[in-house]
Amino acid sequence: MTGVPYTIEVHELTKSFSGVVAVDHLSFSISKGEIFGLVGPDGAGKTTVMRMLAGVMAPDSGGAVVAGCDVVASPESAKQRLSYMPQRFGLYEDLTVDENIGFYAKIFGVKAAARDERAARLLAAAGMSEFRSRLAGKLSGGMKQKLGLVCALIHTPEVLLLDEPTNGVDPVSRRDFWCILYSLLNEGVTILVTTAYLDEAERCHRIALMHEGRMLFCDTPARLKANLPGAVLSIVTSQPREISERLAGQSGVSSVMIVGDGLHLMVGDAATLIPQLKEIIAAAGLSYESIEQVAPTVEDLFVEAVTGTMRGMEQ
Amino acid sequence: MNINRLLAMAGKEIIQIKRDARSIGIVIAMPLVMMLAFGYGVSFDTKHIPLYVYDMEGSRQSQDFLKRFQSSIYFRVVKSVTTYRELVQALDDGKCQMGIVVPADFSSRLSSGETVAIQALIDGTDSNSANLGMGYSQAIIQAYSQQVTTQWQQRQGHANVLPPISVDSRTWFNESLESMATIVPGVVALVMAVVGTFLTSLTIAREWERGTMEQLISTPVTPMEIMFGKLTPYMVVGLFDTCVCAAMGVWWFGVPFRGHVWVFFLSSILFLTVVLSMGYFFSVVAKTQLAASQISLIATFLPAFLLSGFIYPIDQMPAVIQVITHAVPARYYMAILRDVFLKGTPILLMWRDFAGLALFALLLAVVASRAFKKRLE
Repeated sequence: MTGVPYTIEVHELTKSFSGVVAVDHLSFSISKGEIFGLVGPDGAGKTTVMRMLAGVMAPDSGGAVVAGCDVVASPESAKQRLSYMPQRFGLYEDLTVDENIGFYAKIFGVKAAARDERAARLLAAAGMSEFRSRLAGKLSGGMKQKLGLVCALIHTPEVLLLDEPTNGVDPVSRRDFWCILYSLLNEGVTILVTTAYLDEAERCHRIALMHEGRMLFCDTPARLKANLPGAVLSIVTSQPREISERLAGQSGVSSVMIVGDGLHLMVGDAATLIPQLKEIIAAAGLSYESIEQVAPTVEDLFVEAVTGTMRGMEQ
Repeated sequence: MNINRLLAMAGKEIIQIKRDARSIGIVIAMPLVMMLAFGYGVSFDTKHIPLYVYDMEGSRQSQDFLKRFQSSIYFRVVKSVTTYRELVQALDDGKCQMGIVVPADFSSRLSSGETVAIQALIDGTDSNSANLGMGYSQAIIQAYSQQVTTQWQQRQGHANVLPPISVDSRTWFNESLESMATIVPGVVALVMAVVGTFLTSLTIAREWERGTMEQLISTPVTPMEIMFGKLTPYMVVGLFDTCVCAAMGVWWFGVPFRGHVWVFFLSSILFLTVVLSMGYFFSVVAKTQLAASQISLIATFLPAFLLSGFIYPIDQMPAVIQVITHAVPARYYMAILRDVFLKGTPILLMWRDFAGLALFALLLAVVASRAFKKRLE
């Protein structure tokens, strides 16, 4: 290890499954106390990265150091210092909340006094104090994920690996979940999280966008947005599908994405394009409520990056 | 190996066994049902063979002769018919397994010192009971002709002539020669082979299927701790089941228990180590509960049934098969149990069987512990 205080260092990590490359020479580093978000579509290779960093899957080549331990050469020593929450619920549904916590506490050698104190605090933060004797299988989806987090934190890990932890979780539980994650930063825990929710990605200190096993870019959400070439236009309309068909492929429009209340367009120069677009929509006999330039979201970044990559491959 | 992690695994497994109604059913019901099914279903004793008689003469002497069959426990005279056709029909219909025909000149030929031929018709479909029926009827007829000879000699004024050689046999260990006494210790071994393997065949596969394995292998727990943590509760369960089976053998089927209890437990622990490790191994390899339980049923039941000496005595098998039986762990356990129940042989005299069992216990435990990898494919 050099003097740089990285807690996770990934170098040229590669893994393929029967000839299909899932993770392709991936390299990145995460500092101590950072929340790092791994974002990307299904099949981008996020889960494979998490599994390799958790020491439950061997890479084909490349290396990774987690909390000072080489997870390729000696995964078992790294497992003492990290906690991994797999995408699929991994706790015992026929055990109660307390029994699951007790089991993982014993596996990690947590003393009873420390376990009780920590379990009480974490369960309170998760809003689950009254469910301690409920079977894990009888919990709601959000509760299950929070229980997973409590079990993962019962032994004070240095590194927390969370694979889509808030997938299918209600907004209240998601807020509880992120509150617990932020409180961990005071303890110096380093967190790597994958997510499909792009609004969640904005809560990370840094995010990396993965696509087909490669990293498209990696920076803070603010800097990524600032570096986005061009501008984002928002069209509020009740006819998003029809309008998107007219506008896709127009010169100056690099991508069109349907969002909740209309469309997001990635464009070169907003000021000159807005009047042109208004004309095209009117000529087609379609209607809209407003067209205006908005601040880009991570979602915009992501769509631009992925479609940009695909355009690059076509050329 | 960290004992606290092992205990954590074992404790978790015990809670899961207690909460799973199905596994409790397997633990309690399977040995009981199998003991009853095999205890009653597999019997090599042939008694009360259904018999039709056709007395063509109908004299006092011919009736006296046929009474010998009636009073024998090996035969049950179903009907006395008056035509040959009826007798043949009954054999065809399966109403009887044997028919005895007494000729019309039975008493007259006997009194004139001539030989009488008695016809015995036997349904040979089940060759084993046909053989036994033939043997039993020959014995009855022989005893009767002996008596006739003696009476004839006495009438002729001869002294009482005894047969030159007589057998005076005494059966040891299974005095009444009940096959139940041989079968029950074998059934205990057979039941434990199947139940023991079945119990653990689900443990690892269940964790893969339910998705709990990925979480578990991301912790510092070692494969050895997982294995012993999972096998220890099932060892207790298995010993409980062995005791249930043995108790049924003694108090339900009335088989004696002449050996030492500790020899019984020592051999049972060794055998359970074999079968529990085997089930665990299948669970690791198969990765689904269905496949693992099916493999374990086939892999344990057939060898334990056919090649352990349970139904066919090993020394009667072809030489090649005899060699193969050494690879069937149930063989050693069955031999030990028969000695423990019927003979009470000192353990030193059974050292070969104990050595075989211990060797397999060690071998399978090592194979099972090596098979599990804390890695996803």
